[in-house]
Amino acid sequence: MTDPLSPPPKKDPQKRTRVPALPSGMRSRAALGLAVAAAEGRFMLQGCEACGALQYPPRDACSTCLSVDLKWRDVEPTGQLIAETTVRTSTSVYFRERTPWRVGSVKLDAGPSVMAHVHGDVAREAAVRLINRLDKSGQGVFFALPVDGSANMADDPQLRELTADPKFRRVLITDARNENSVALAKAFADAGATTIFVGEPEGWRPYPHRAALAAIANVAIVPLDVTDTQSVTELAGEIGGKTDILVNNARFIRPGGIMDRGDTVFARDEFETNVLGLMRLAQAFGPPMRNRGADGVNSAAAWVNILSVYAYANMPAYGVFSASNAAALSLSQCLRAEMAPGGVRVLNVYTGPTEDEWHQPLPPPKVAPSALARSVVAGLKDGLEDVYVGDVAKDLIERWRQGPKLLEREMIAEAGEAR
Amino acid sequence: MARARQAYDGVVLAAPTTIPYQRFSTETAHWWIARALAECLKTAGIRPAELDGFAVSSFSLFPDTAVGLTQHLGLTPRWLDHIPMGGASGIAALRRAARAVQAGDVDVVACVAGDTNQVDSFRRMLSSFSRFAQDASYPYGAGGPNASFALLTDHYMQKFGATREDFGRICVAQRDNALKNPHAVMKAPLTLDQYLSARMISDPIALFDCVMPVAGSEAFLVMREDDARAAGLPHAHIRSTIERHNAFPEDAIQMRGGWAMDIDELYAMADAKSDDIDLLQTYDDYPVISMMQFEDLGFCAKGEGPEFVRGKDLTIDGDFPHNTSGGQLSAGQAGAAGGYIGLVEAIRQVTGTAGPTQVAGARTAMVSGFGMINYDRGVCSNAAIISGAGA
Repeated sequence: MTDPLSPPPKKDPQKRTRVPALPSGMRSRAALGLAVAAAEGRFMLQGCEACGALQYPPRDACSTCLSVDLKWRDVEPTGQLIAETTVRTSTSVYFRERTPWRVGSVKLDAGPSVMAHVHGDVAREAAVRLINRLDKSGQGVFFALPVDGSANMADDPQLRELTADPKFRRVLITDARNENSVALAKAFADAGATTIFVGEPEGWRPYPHRAALAAIANVAIVPLDVTDTQSVTELAGEIGGKTDILVNNARFIRPGGIMDRGDTVFARDEFETNVLGLMRLAQAFGPPMRNRGADGVNSAAAWVNILSVYAYANMPAYGVFSASNAAALSLSQCLRAEMAPGGVRVLNVYTGPTEDEWHQPLPPPKVAPSALARSVVAGLKDGLEDVYVGDVAKDLIERWRQGPKLLEREMIAEAGEAR
Repeated sequence: MARARQAYDGVVLAAPTTIPYQRFSTETAHWWIARALAECLKTAGIRPAELDGFAVSSFSLFPDTAVGLTQHLGLTPRWLDHIPMGGASGIAALRRAARAVQAGDVDVVACVAGDTNQVDSFRRMLSSFSRFAQDASYPYGAGGPNASFALLTDHYMQKFGATREDFGRICVAQRDNALKNPHAVMKAPLTLDQYLSARMISDPIALFDCVMPVAGSEAFLVMREDDARAAGLPHAHIRSTIERHNAFPEDAIQMRGGWAMDIDELYAMADAKSDDIDLLQTYDDYPVISMMQFEDLGFCAKGEGPEFVRGKDLTIDGDFPHNTSGGQLSAGQAGAAGGYIGLVEAIRQVTGTAGPTQVAGARTAMVSGFGMINYDRGVCSNAAIISGAGA
């Protein structure tokens, strides 16, 4: 059993904030495949297409038959801990600050032996379940868990380094007026978040779910309009130093492509909120979050963007909205690079059409706010970078991977049918 | 042995040279290599410009290699080698040079290994030691070789019932030997109690299981027997050698080295038995590796290493003299020179020139090399049996 995490003490503002150190992020190109898989929480190994052998560490040729036709495969993540050690002296500043640190050799049932971080509740020589997660450097690493789980398993200090678990953390969700803000706030409250700030634009204008939002435990509604630089800066001045997870939930959406619209007014609104809103938030909240990447139990941990999956391929019926999300996706990659020195991860949650008035004419399946909220919290608990919510988003990313140009043709054909 | 190998007739080893180690040095690998080469050539009465063969091993020579050293040190060799095999470098150099001398491609090869140890050089070397280390072991705690060998030690203890006392016996005996070696970095006696109560570094590896990284260099000459006689140099004969890389890749974790594949050939080529060996120099970066060598080199069966060390006295005056200069564990690990320390000491021993660490009546020695934790195990292994005059 893991000692349950204690709520962090109130921070002494006179104390120096520890500068984030990172584990080594240097990897060969082949080894980056692990991070690619970990971004979605998949356990994968490199396999040979010619002879079928699985191998680890990742190579540029098959160590069984010398073929260079290698592909990553999902692999049964079970094995046995055959040796272990507790590192007490390390040349790395990151690990030096976190020793003792448990690592081991795991013989996978699938064949290869791998080195892995080891959960405190795994018994000596026990069977283990491996997960592949992003460490603070953003690289994929293996972590061995007890096969049947254990009490307070997520509180293991080594495991918590690989996640952005909301427990005991303070969250800012933007756009209280967005219909999914209630579900999001509730999911964070259930996950143990200490404070849930919810940013509210145009507070003078009523909206139906305000009372439900205010009634959730630990919720504090604060003024925030992401289209207004001053508003964003003011809020960051107040809570920027205690925002551990930021959920960029603001969205401006109208149907229509280019020629359906007679002007660029809605397009300007879409880019103002969906793209420049992200940038304003990042300029104000990004620096304090990046500085607090190693600030104890409630360190800054993650930035979440809720994006349309049509960021990948334009859906002509919502053509300009898709374009604004494509811009936001590109910007999120920039943000990921800029957050990296603090070990703060950027999670993009991609959704298909959501259950709301703007998608009213579209057929199901549509993503309900509760499903979206569940995916956000689950993605944080697993420390992911990319989450696809709902059948439409999952289907679209699969088709995009098979061929972006092919998908583009299909999107054009679907738009024709809808007309 | 599938096919009889040619004997190393007419080739000998001479001029064993050790430049006293230092814990830290502000000098470069070039400086340390130059000193060992100068002293080695001086012993043999050879001028640097006359030297026609040169083999070098070093971790801290970057961006240079043996090529850069020829110009840096004013050498004009017709035979040149750079051997990046870490702890297996000494015997690898011996094997290559001996055949080249025997074939007449070269007359004399100076084999040199040396490294500096600046304050931060060990950390920098670890993070970029190999691609697999960078990708798949360094990200897991960055414990370096301590953590990698801790895993092998933990597994060996579980599998064969070895205790920390068993490893302690190896370390304590080597410290005893080191106290007779004026150049050893470790100068204080070590008791088994001190060994057992030392702080843990990476469980079950504690402080005295770890070598001390130092700066230093080692060298010897491979030359024609006639030339050595003419120069009046004490010399040793090469009776047999073996070498193997990436042995037993199917083993889930390392519990044997490549020696286990080739040991019969080592004894057969030398026409010797384990009883004929007067002293053994193993590669001792950690005591578990020495214990594996006792097994894989034919002194006891696999898994009997713990019992073997309980019944033997591993000191210079004991019934199984082992790592007589104190080895790396007590004399220090001077980078790639750690792959030479046992061989250079063995040449001194069988030629009766070891001075304060001399094993009485030593004629025949076995030396083994082990190198390069590329990912989770040492990849290179080799061994040699050498004898002095009268063996």
